Amino acid sequence: MSKGSPISPSLMATKSAGAPKAPERVDRPTDAGVDIAAAASPVLGPNNVVPPTVMTGSEAIVRSLEELGVDDIFGLPGGAILPTYDPLMASGMNHVLVRHEQGAGHAAQGYAMVTGRVGVCIATSGPGATNLVTAIMDAHMDSVPIVAITGQVSSGVIGTDAFQEADIVGITMPITKHSFLVTDPNEIPHVMAAAFHLASSGRPGPVLVDVAKDAQQGKMTFSWPPKIDLPGYRPVVRGHNKQVREAARLIAAASKPVLYVGGGVVKAHASAELLELAELTGAPVVTTLMARGVFPDSHPQHVGMPGMHGTVSAVTALQQSDLLITLGARFDDRVTGILKTFAPNAKVIHADIDPAEISKNRTADVPIVGSVKEIIPELTEAVRTQFEASGTPDLQNWWAFLNNLRETYPLGWTEPEDGLVAPQRVIERIGALTGPEGIYVAGVGQHQMWAAQFIKYERPHQWLNSGGAGTMGYAVPAAMGAKVGEPDRVVWAIDGDGCFQMTNQELATCAINKIPIKVAVINNSSLGMVRQWQTLFYEGRYSNTDLNTGHDTVRIPDFVKLGEAYGCASFRCERVEDIDATIQKALEINDRPVVIDFVVSPNSMVWPMVPAGVSNDQIQVARNLTPEWEEED
Amino acid sequence: MSRHTLSVLVEDKPGVLTRVASLFARRAFNINSLAVGPTEVPGMSRMTVVVDADGDLIEQVTKQLNKLVNVIKIVELTSESSVQRDHILVKVRADAATRLQVTHAADLFRASVVDVSTDSVVIEATGHPEKLTALLSVLEPFGIREIVQSGTLAVGRGSRSMSDRALRSA
Repeated sequence: MSKGSPISPSLMATKSAGAPKAPERVDRPTDAGVDIAAAASPVLGPNNVVPPTVMTGSEAIVRSLEELGVDDIFGLPGGAILPTYDPLMASGMNHVLVRHEQGAGHAAQGYAMVTGRVGVCIATSGPGATNLVTAIMDAHMDSVPIVAITGQVSSGVIGTDAFQEADIVGITMPITKHSFLVTDPNEIPHVMAAAFHLASSGRPGPVLVDVAKDAQQGKMTFSWPPKIDLPGYRPVVRGHNKQVREAARLIAAASKPVLYVGGGVVKAHASAELLELAELTGAPVVTTLMARGVFPDSHPQHVGMPGMHGTVSAVTALQQSDLLITLGARFDDRVTGILKTFAPNAKVIHADIDPAEISKNRTADVPIVGSVKEIIPELTEAVRTQFEASGTPDLQNWWAFLNNLRETYPLGWTEPEDGLVAPQRVIERIGALTGPEGIYVAGVGQHQMWAAQFIKYERPHQWLNSGGAGTMGYAVPAAMGAKVGEPDRVVWAIDGDGCFQMTNQELATCAINKIPIKVAVINNSSLGMVRQWQTLFYEGRYSNTDLNTGHDTVRIPDFVKLGEAYGCASFRCERVEDIDATIQKALEINDRPVVIDFVVSPNSMVWPMVPAGVSNDQIQVARNLTPEWEEED
Repeated sequence: MSRHTLSVLVEDKPGVLTRVASLFARRAFNINSLAVGPTEVPGMSRMTVVVDADGDLIEQVTKQLNKLVNVIKIVELTSESSVQRDHILVKVRADAATRLQVTHAADLFRASVVDVSTDSVVIEATGHPEKLTALLSVLEPFGIREIVQSGTLAVGRGSRSMSDRALRSA
């Protein structure tokens, strides 16, 4: 039960040690460029040597961020973080002033998701800090590397219910990878370095650094690089050789293998390695909601997204499989349905960097702890050796079965009977006209599922969404962060009318800071996914799901006027024949954000669907009929 | 459910007890007792956690605990390979008529009387949880006024040192 031998973590080698500090955004990790072996120091950034220099704690915070290689920060000042905002003004780092701290948190997530670098957000104490909580929880659920810096009241008044005091370390303890309360300014450099190391290495996640106001104001002696002292933190990166060979043996013996690929492969920048393994084994690949794009949709071995709204071919592939080759996925209930009926005949290979994920939900026959960046190539080699020894397995019958499913049950939709536009068509056209080089960021609900289904994903980091947390309001601020991280890409927020009303104040941030995202509001005038469940499971009793934003309503708010008020180019599209032209118009505008109010039918539903509480075997493909179920939960 | 005793070596940092306790609460793990105190190594504390869990669950408990950054090392101590002790203070009703009987009972359990008043005594006892349960059942008829009990403390038998080994591998 010891924590394993100390091994350099996987995701920290984004900058090579000893390189001169670069003023521009260079050495950004790409999927090909992440070199684990080069991880010499756990301190991120170029590891410049800074001799001891006396400065204030707040100057030390800013200097630490600079030394760690941070370029962009999202935040909003307030009393307890004021000292830090003063030296920040003089820094070359780009600070984006948000309109709500939750926006800063999601922006940091979006930034981290597209760049692979640590996203940074800053807020003040009390409500500033608690406004970050949703984003921190979201990052925790989806393993997104962010560092949240919050001001805290002075150490002398901590615990006295001082003005704007909140125990944010306590509040976020269950939803952070780790957290620090800093009351001594001399701790700042090593805490900051440790926070970035923790956020980005091993299984990535959010780290909170709460800094008391007097620690920001007090004098300290700054030097760099600091020593990171984390005796209890030693993520295992290399997979166990024997387990890898055992996995290869199972792969060679399987007749119905499936590569069950999760978001961990995106985080580990291992899409190229995955492609090689997949093509060697010839096994079908399913990409979870968090992994869309890490394996190209266009690849003949891709059989779709599994789960509650997955394709029949992907869901059935898992159900019928005799071997799940699980890579960076975690057997989430939205994928497995009722766990005890999930893939009942499958043996399980489970590779994950977090040992606690292995055998948490589904017992693994072959557990492999480590980074999939290292495990997949080793597995590929082991499989190659195994195939040479025992022959390549014949998957012809398996593929015949799956291809038949793909042909019989392709993804699709029926035109709404109310004559309004089908939301699926709008989303499909956005993807088709923008292409795979764009970035697509969804909110949560029906539009999220349609965006996962009907946009073609060909590359990792092309698709961002709030998977584990299901945070409505994620799209606009996360798209903003993604656009800051990848300014040359077209960034679409595919949002719902409900989600959009939760965080659209960041349109002001986008307009003023020239962050020209494009927002497609899929306006079905309701909380669509809840409404779908009410249609299916509550006899169409639409309790509190009508938002009055769509066709034949008072349209409050008017999304076009709202977009215009925020300085965005704003359009409304209500007819099928206008969809392409409206999207084209949006694609031509790059000097300001665009908001499009796509008025669509409230009656379209997400299909296929595995109702909650039943086996995946009971997946429903409702085309022209609405199936009825007896119960759900 | 079977009972497991985990020795958890942690960094002596603010909030570390909260991190461990809240982990048990939010993951719905059953905690039977928890004792914490400093060790022979400065900056390191040791927790003894007694957990009710079956095989798969105890593995998950251990893995989740290991994810806490302040947790340095975890060792499961079996009853055969370790010494496990609880500590108890019991205030028992005892007047002139019953005092001798109470102190005699304490003697039988190698417990000691640490406070005496006209109508009560405080008995201190150390031992395996079953022994203390037996002591309490003997004292019960006299009238127990207060019980204060520590969590289980446990240490592995033999010369090996958990913190020593943890430091070497760190």
